[in-house]
Amino acid sequence: MPTEWTGLNGPPAIAAEDVHKRFKIPEERTHTLKERALHPLRRTRHEEFYALRGISFAVQPGEFFGIVGRNGSGKSTLLKCLAGIYRVDQGQIWCNGRMSTFIELGVGFNPDLAAYENVALNGIMLGLSPREARARYERVIEFAELEEFQDLKLKNYSSGMHVRLAFSVAIQVDAEILLIDEVLAVGDAAFQQKCFDVFNRMREEGRTIVFVTHDMSAVTRFCHRAMLLERGEVVSIGDPTNIADRYLEIAFGRAAGYEDAGVGSARMGDGTARVTDVWLGDTPEERQTVAPQAEPLTLKVLVAFNADVLDPAVSMTLYNEQRQPVVVASTATTTEHTGSFRAGERALFAFSFHNMLAPGRYHPLLTITHRGEGLDVIDRFAGGLSFVVTGVTASGGMVEIPVETHVMPWELAPPPSEIEAAGRPR
Amino acid sequence: MSVPALSEAMGQPIRGPRALSDSWSRFWHLTYNIARSEFKLKFFGSVLGYVWQVMRPLLLFGVLYVFFVKIFKVDKAEGAAGHFYGAQLLASIVLFTFFSEATSGAVRSVVDRENLVRKIQFPRLVIPISVVLLALFNLGLNVVVVMIFAVIAGVKPMLSWLELPLMILVLALLSTGIAMLLSALFVRFRDIQPIWEVFSQILFYSSPVIIPVEKVREALAYGQRHVVVKHGIRHLTFRHVALYHVLWHIYLLNPLVSVFQEFRHAMINHAAPSAGQALGGWLAVLEPLGLVAVVLVLGFWYFSRQAPHIAEDL
Repeated sequence: MPTEWTGLNGPPAIAAEDVHKRFKIPEERTHTLKERALHPLRRTRHEEFYALRGISFAVQPGEFFGIVGRNGSGKSTLLKCLAGIYRVDQGQIWCNGRMSTFIELGVGFNPDLAAYENVALNGIMLGLSPREARARYERVIEFAELEEFQDLKLKNYSSGMHVRLAFSVAIQVDAEILLIDEVLAVGDAAFQQKCFDVFNRMREEGRTIVFVTHDMSAVTRFCHRAMLLERGEVVSIGDPTNIADRYLEIAFGRAAGYEDAGVGSARMGDGTARVTDVWLGDTPEERQTVAPQAEPLTLKVLVAFNADVLDPAVSMTLYNEQRQPVVVASTATTTEHTGSFRAGERALFAFSFHNMLAPGRYHPLLTITHRGEGLDVIDRFAGGLSFVVTGVTASGGMVEIPVETHVMPWELAPPPSEIEAAGRPR
Repeated sequence: MSVPALSEAMGQPIRGPRALSDSWSRFWHLTYNIARSEFKLKFFGSVLGYVWQVMRPLLLFGVLYVFFVKIFKVDKAEGAAGHFYGAQLLASIVLFTFFSEATSGAVRSVVDRENLVRKIQFPRLVIPISVVLLALFNLGLNVVVVMIFAVIAGVKPMLSWLELPLMILVLALLSTGIAMLLSALFVRFRDIQPIWEVFSQILFYSSPVIIPVEKVREALAYGQRHVVVKHGIRHLTFRHVALYHVLWHIYLLNPLVSVFQEFRHAMINHAAPSAGQALGGWLAVLEPLGLVAVVLVLGFWYFSRQAPHIAEDL
């Protein structure tokens, strides 16, 4: 029993016990009565697919609980089971308190109706009484910043306005337990910040929130605890930072490996030397596929020489998933004299740096050149390795450089009236 | 973990989607507001919203009236049936329009609201019931038109008009039963839609919309009389009589017959036989009423059975 509730704080807000959910995938589905009538004896064969197998966990009242996992890991199915949209095949779920679900924002919005009607209808669907829903209309519109557009039909809204309205309705529902599926990825930056503020407020108000997401920075930022699912099973439950690391390992680590990374083209160069191996870590036996963020990282390159070479230079370019070069380093910048190598000899070149890369997958491109300006290519090697940087800081930049910020008074600041004047449009 | 005491301590169990909810007020609010917004859309969606809503039965009425009254002179029947034929025709058309809107509209309703079913927890029965409610709103408007028409045609407002809600209730219950059944069936069998279209056409012609009950009886009895007149009473075999009775019985079993007939009697023309008179005694009315109950129970049973996995079967 991985459930950690003790009963000391009363019953958990949500508890799940050995939950199984099975989907039947029919091989050939009889969709009409005619087919049924023509083949009355044919059993519809179907494959069974277990989306959830034996999930048990408990969420304490007031807890912000994250559920993470890759696509198809069962997290959305689990949320739908918790919400009562799917019936579980085995096991049990309990909840304590009024629950509200946001699987999708704006469910039941009708494009031909104006904001008022839609807010009322959506609010009722989310569990408000009509009176409550109407009473909250002003607040909803205000939060969504749609005061000027409230008489428009919804079909004339931009998608951003649509989402803002939907989110605003959703947060006005004062349920004790909120089930939220990936709704953070909405709106522009300013509205997202507002959403984050709301989540923080809810957290402080002591509401219980179950939150399904892919966004590890959100998990570490908000969640008290998190649960990692993989193939319908619980991998682990615990501290969000650890869970986020495990998630990134599973999400990227499994696929990462010593496969063809596909950066650049085929090998080129005169062939007097060859890159024979590339790895992360100390020895080839202990090669890593994952490089944790904010820790030292060492990339080692083994080069075999087919002819005598004097002072070759090895350079490394790290590409991210968008094929942008993020880090470029060369032995030539440190020393021009790397030494003289004879045919048949091997040498190890290491690139070490403090890992400040943004989380994601990286492909190194290695180039050995003759001494000089680096134009005489001996070997160009791209197929060796791709690795994944795991970490929880994802500011959106290509690198995560620690930045210090300071705030201090500034004597020469302009008077407030001028600031106001400057901030006002026109 | 299956110790009951512990289960209770864990709070309220979540059992997945069902046809009904624990909270009746939520059920009603949802049903009413969905129907209301659909109604608003129809009503205010186009400039002539209300006009179109009323025009449909009126146009059908116009066509049938010209055809049967002006050309076939159905209203020139002997007896009281001929009086106010126009008003009766319109009333029946309006009632049938309600029945048709409620049932045909419900067929696709659950599938068309897939988005709701898959994304939100709510009592599933809300969907077909809201379709029936929407049809009921429209009926409310149309009944007003029928009343105006009847009064213009010379019908005096009568105390028996108070009976009308009862008739509408019976019709609404029948429609609800069928709506529940069809909407749940459609999730699994997509040919329910054309089947129901044909079936409701049959119902239209086999209900006393165009042809009054008395005419049907005459036509059925004609076979018997024909034998007696031509060959003598001794040639009237059991088969003739049985055939007549079986057909007549099947005809009367249709709840629409009783409802339309009684509606006619109570609203427009006291001279027209009431449902009881037409069926031959008030006890006979229990049969179509029983059928309504059976359809209602069957529909509810099937819908409730399907409700937990509708979200997965869509």
